[in-house]
Amino acid sequence: MAGKTLYDKLWDDHVVRTEADGTALLYIDRHLVHEVTSPQAFEGLRLAGRKVWRPATVLATPDHNVPTTDRSQGISDPVSRLQVETLDANCRAFGITEFDMRDQRQGIVHVIGPEEGATLPGMTVVCGDSHTSTHGAFGALAFGIGTSEVEHVLATQCLIQKKSKNMLVSVDGRAGEGVTAKDIVLAIIGRIGTAGGTGHAIEFGGEAIRALSMEGRMSLCNMAIEAGARAGMVAVDDKTIDYVKGRPYAPSGELWEQAVASWRELHSDADAQFDRVVHIDAADIVPQVTWGTSPEMVTGIDGRVPDPAQEDDPVRREGMKQALAYMGLTPGTPITDIRPDKVFIGSCTNSRIEDLRAAAAVVEGRKVADNIRQALVVPGSGLVKRQAEEEGLDRIFIEAGFEWREPGCSMCLAMNADRLEPGERCASTSNRNFEGRQGQGGRTHLVSPAMAALAAVEGHFADIREV
Amino acid sequence: MQKLNHIEGIVVPLDRANVDTDAIIPKQFLKSIRRTGFGPNLFDEWRYLDHGEPGQDCSQRPLNPDFVLNQPRYQGGTILLARENFGCGSSREHAPWALLDYGFRVIIAPSFADIFYNNCFKNGILPVVLDEAVVDRLFDEVTANEGYRLAVDLEAQTITTPSGEVISFEVDDFRKHCLLNGLDDIGLTLQHVEDIRSYEQRRREQAPWLFTDLG
Ligand code: SF4
Repeated sequence: MAGKTLYDKLWDDHVVRTEADGTALLYIDRHLVHEVTSPQAFEGLRLAGRKVWRPATVLATPDHNVPTTDRSQGISDPVSRLQVETLDANCRAFGITEFDMRDQRQGIVHVIGPEEGATLPGMTVVCGDSHTSTHGAFGALAFGIGTSEVEHVLATQCLIQKKSKNMLVSVDGRAGEGVTAKDIVLAIIGRIGTAGGTGHAIEFGGEAIRALSMEGRMSLCNMAIEAGARAGMVAVDDKTIDYVKGRPYAPSGELWEQAVASWRELHSDADAQFDRVVHIDAADIVPQVTWGTSPEMVTGIDGRVPDPAQEDDPVRREGMKQALAYMGLTPGTPITDIRPDKVFIGSCTNSRIEDLRAAAAVVEGRKVADNIRQALVVPGSGLVKRQAEEEGLDRIFIEAGFEWREPGCSMCLAMNADRLEPGERCASTSNRNFEGRQGQGGRTHLVSPAMAALAAVEGHFADIREV
Repeated sequence: MQKLNHIEGIVVPLDRANVDTDAIIPKQFLKSIRRTGFGPNLFDEWRYLDHGEPGQDCSQRPLNPDFVLNQPRYQGGTILLARENFGCGSSREHAPWALLDYGFRVIIAPSFADIFYNNCFKNGILPVVLDEAVVDRLFDEVTANEGYRLAVDLEAQTITTPSGEVISFEVDDFRKHCLLNGLDDIGLTLQHVEDIRSYEQRRREQAPWLFTDLG
C-alpha cells in the first residue's frame, strides 16, 4: 500500500463518518470567526433554537470593518459599527472567546490564530474566510468556508466535505537574494493559474519551502486559495515546533511532549502518491509584480506589461485586454516604469513582524517619493504592532513618511475608510488584485513587503535585488 | 432552503472568465447582517455607472446600458451562463445570496471555484459544469437568439435546449438529494450526534491537547 500524503493523514484523523458516495463528516478542531461572515450564521442558530457545540474551540475577532485610525471614539460608519457590535453580542450570548476592538490581541484573524497558538499542527482549522489556507503553514488542514458552513460548524463541530485530490508543488533549489515567500507564491500562481489548484489540496515542498520561516510559510499558504486550492500546507519541522512553543494557547508540560511526538508524523510519507506534481526551480524566480486584475497576471520585476495580441486563446486574450484597460497600462511598458500613487503594507498575507522588518529595512533613512499620495503600514495584530514599536520600526516608517496604523484588514479590501480612489494605483502586499478590491476603480499591483517599500521610496517599481 | 428540480427560463450570458465574488457582490454590501436584499447590488460595479453604497435606492441609479443584466432581452433571467473559474476569490456567501435574490437558480460554467460551488448548493442554486466546447456553443446560441431559454431538470440531470437537444450533467448524489428536497445540512448532521460524540471520545484519548479550552 502506498504511503499517505500529509493531507491524507490530516483528513483521516478527522473523519467522523463517511457516506457511500464518499461524502464525509469531518471534525473541526478550531473555528475562527470574524464579523462579516458570521452574523447570519448566529442568526440561523437562534432561529433554529440551536446551541454552539463546543464554544471553547471558537476564537473571534473583528478585523474587516474596524478603523485603523484612532479607535477611542468607536466606529463612525453606522453600518460597520452594527456589524462589529453584532459580533460582540453574539460572542457574549454564545460563550465564545473574542478579542474585541479594544483588546490588545485584536487583529486579522489569520494573524492572531498562529500568534496565540490557537492554530496548532494537525488541527482542522476553518473560518468564514477564504484565506484560512494560511494556517496550513503549520501542517494543519485549514480552509475557508461559507456562512452556511460557519453555522454548521458552530452547531455540530463538523463539516460535510468531499476529499480533494492531492497536489504537490515542489520549489526546488534555493531562492535568490531578495526573493521572498510572496514572490514564490506569485510565481507559482503565474505558472499554474488561478484555477490551477481547483479541486486539490496543495502541499508545498522542496528545499526553497523548507528554507522559509513560519512567517514566510504563512504568506505562501495564504495565497493557495489564489491558485484555486482551498487548502495549502507545509509539513511540520523544527521551525514549526519552535514557533508554536510557549504561545498562549499551545499545550505545555507533558501535553506538549505528547503533542510534539504526534506532530513529528505530519509530513507526507516518502512513497506517498500525489495526483499532480509541479516542480518549480527556485533559482528561476525573480521578485514578482502583478500587472492585471487576477493574481495569475504576474511577471518579474525585470519584465514588461504583456501584449494581448501575443495570446492565442481568445478568452484569455479578451481577459488580458479588459485587465489592461482597467489597469490603465500599455503593452510593452517596463514594470519598473509603473508609478504607484499609494503603497499599502499589510493584510493577512504580509503584516507579520518579519514583513514589517523587511519593509523597514528598505525605507530606513529614506523618504517616501513625492508622487506617492499615501503610504500605509497596517500591522496584522495589536501584538505585532507592539513588537514593531519595541523594535523602533514605527519610527522608521513614520520618519520616512508612512502612516502607522491600528491593526485590521484595512486597504486589503477597503471595507473601512482605507481605500483607493478611482484610477489610483497601489503597490500592495495583499493577496488580491481584483477589480475594485481596494476601492472602486482602484488599481492593485501585488508585491512583497520589501518591493512595496522600495516602490514607496523610489516612486516606481524597482528591483530589490539591486539595492 | 428552497427546493429545486425543474427550472425553465431565460439564459443570461456573462462572457468573462474568472468572475470573482468581489465582482458578484462588492464588499461595501457585506456589512449587512442579513441574508436577503442583495439582489439589486448583484454585479454592482458593472451594472451601475455610479458607486453604490448599502441602503441606497437602486431604482434611481444610472444603469450601465452595456452590461448584460441591463439589456431588455435578458430581463427576468433565471439561468446564468458563465465562463471558467466562476466565483473565484473570497468565501463570501453573499455572492450566492445576491444571485439568488436577483432570481438566478442555475449557473452553467466550464468550471467553478470550490467554495463558491459549495455555497451554491447550500442556498438552493444549482451550479452546472459543462465542457468548455458545450459552453461555447451555448454562448453562441444565446447571443444569436433573443428569448433563448433552457430547461434544467435536476432529477434527470439534463438540460434541454430550444432545439430539443438534451445535455447531461454530473452532480453529487448527496447534494442533489439535498437540493431536490430543500434539506438543511445541519438537521442531517445532527442525526449523527452519536458518531460525533464517539469520535470526540476517541480523539480526546489520542490528542488530548486538542481538548483544552480557549478562554
Ligand atoms: S487581510 Fe484581506 S484577505 Fe486577509 S482576511 Fe482581511 S480582507 Fe481577507
